[in-house]
Amino acid sequence: MGEEVKLFRTWSSPYALRIVWALKLKGVQYETIYEEVSHKSRALIEYNPIHKKVPVLVHNGKPIAESLVILEYADEIWKQSPLLPQDPHRRAMARFWAKFGDEKVLPSIWEAFTKQGKEQEEALSIAMENLKFLEEELKGKKLFGGEEIGLVDIALGWLANLVSVFEEIIGLQLMPEEKFPHLFAWMQVFADIPVIKESWPPRDKMVAKFQALREVHLSKEAQKD
Amino acid sequence: MAREVTLLDFWPSMFGIRVRVALAEKGIRYEHREENLRNKSPLLLQMNPVHKKIPVLIHNGKPISESLNIVQYIDEVWHDDAPLFLPSDPYQRAQARFWADFVDQKVFSTGRRVWTTKGEEQEAAKKEFLDTMRLFEAELGHKPYFGGESFGYVDVALVAFYSWFYTYETFGNFSIEAECPMLIAWAKRCMEKESVFKSLPDEKKIFEFVMQLRKRFGIE
Repeated sequence: MGEEVKLFRTWSSPYALRIVWALKLKGVQYETIYEEVSHKSRALIEYNPIHKKVPVLVHNGKPIAESLVILEYADEIWKQSPLLPQDPHRRAMARFWAKFGDEKVLPSIWEAFTKQGKEQEEALSIAMENLKFLEEELKGKKLFGGEEIGLVDIALGWLANLVSVFEEIIGLQLMPEEKFPHLFAWMQVFADIPVIKESWPPRDKMVAKFQALREVHLSKEAQKD
Repeated sequence: MAREVTLLDFWPSMFGIRVRVALAEKGIRYEHREENLRNKSPLLLQMNPVHKKIPVLIHNGKPISESLNIVQYIDEVWHDDAPLFLPSDPYQRAQARFWADFVDQKVFSTGRRVWTTKGEEQEAAKKEFLDTMRLFEAELGHKPYFGGESFGYVDVALVAFYSWFYTYETFGNFSIEAECPMLIAWAKRCMEKESVFKSLPDEKKIFEFVMQLRKRFGIE
């Protein structure tokens, strides 16, 4: 075929995982290069000099960075299992929700995870406000993409893994089923998709990693007082 | 025809400016509605319930929000009207999306820090702002536009900030042209286009607006 596809990722990055899912769903053969955050390869820095981050997709020697940009590129190159609809308004809505996930949902959940006491309560309340919008958006749909997995499902897929990891660590519910029945149901459907199920990073490693990260954040806050 | 397209806007907003430029480039007639952000209209709240922000494009009754989203939407719907903002090659498109996203990640927040902070914080903001501008200048290279021979997606994304440069320079006490002459040459080249010239507010008016904002926020 003469096509060379490489994916630079870390074992835990939820952003890189998006690309794993997209490539697997589309049946694209690719080579994985695992990076260590503390010791980035020269190749990664060369391919992504602006952000120096994963994921980076290298297609026939040409690099693309930023996960949502990579997803759109992948959708245009490999047309099977399309992630975006054809209709321009529906495409705009998909892009909107994917961005909302990254700019609002993820940071608010991260805040709730890395704080404690009153600050955590406030962060939790904001996170739940954001989740309510997603809950509304899911009404009448099996997946955000409708019947098939789409860009928004892939962009928000981290919820189906990290929420339970965070809840286990902080001992609080971020997404109670009674409040978010549609989101809860979506997480089950999403996580059951074979390509998704087989790709999760090992849970015990995730719990250990995020437990350690939370402790770092809490001690930084304590030093400020 | 004009009734089918409405733009909810706020005159100093760089994000609103982007949409004005895109609509003008395509020659699309539309109804322009100026919002008072301290007293948002029921229409705005209805059309963008999640963020309650402008710009919002309403096309045939359906809202689209987030400025770069709107520019892509305009490009896709009015794809027969030259120019196309995004290139046709998928790799070039990905690069354009990357750089437009980079504008979004850096320019607004660092620019804002330049006019809202003082002392060390402001110096750090100025450095970060100019470092960012240098990256854009490097990316532009010898091309007339970021889009190459023609004005494109990244040009729309970045030129919207040009009216704000005078404000950043005045409060930050620096000259963007001195540091990034090719970038300013590019901005002036863009301003020769009617779509850009007519869509960007006067830089002195932006400065007065920011003076009022600073008073309101209690910044000296």
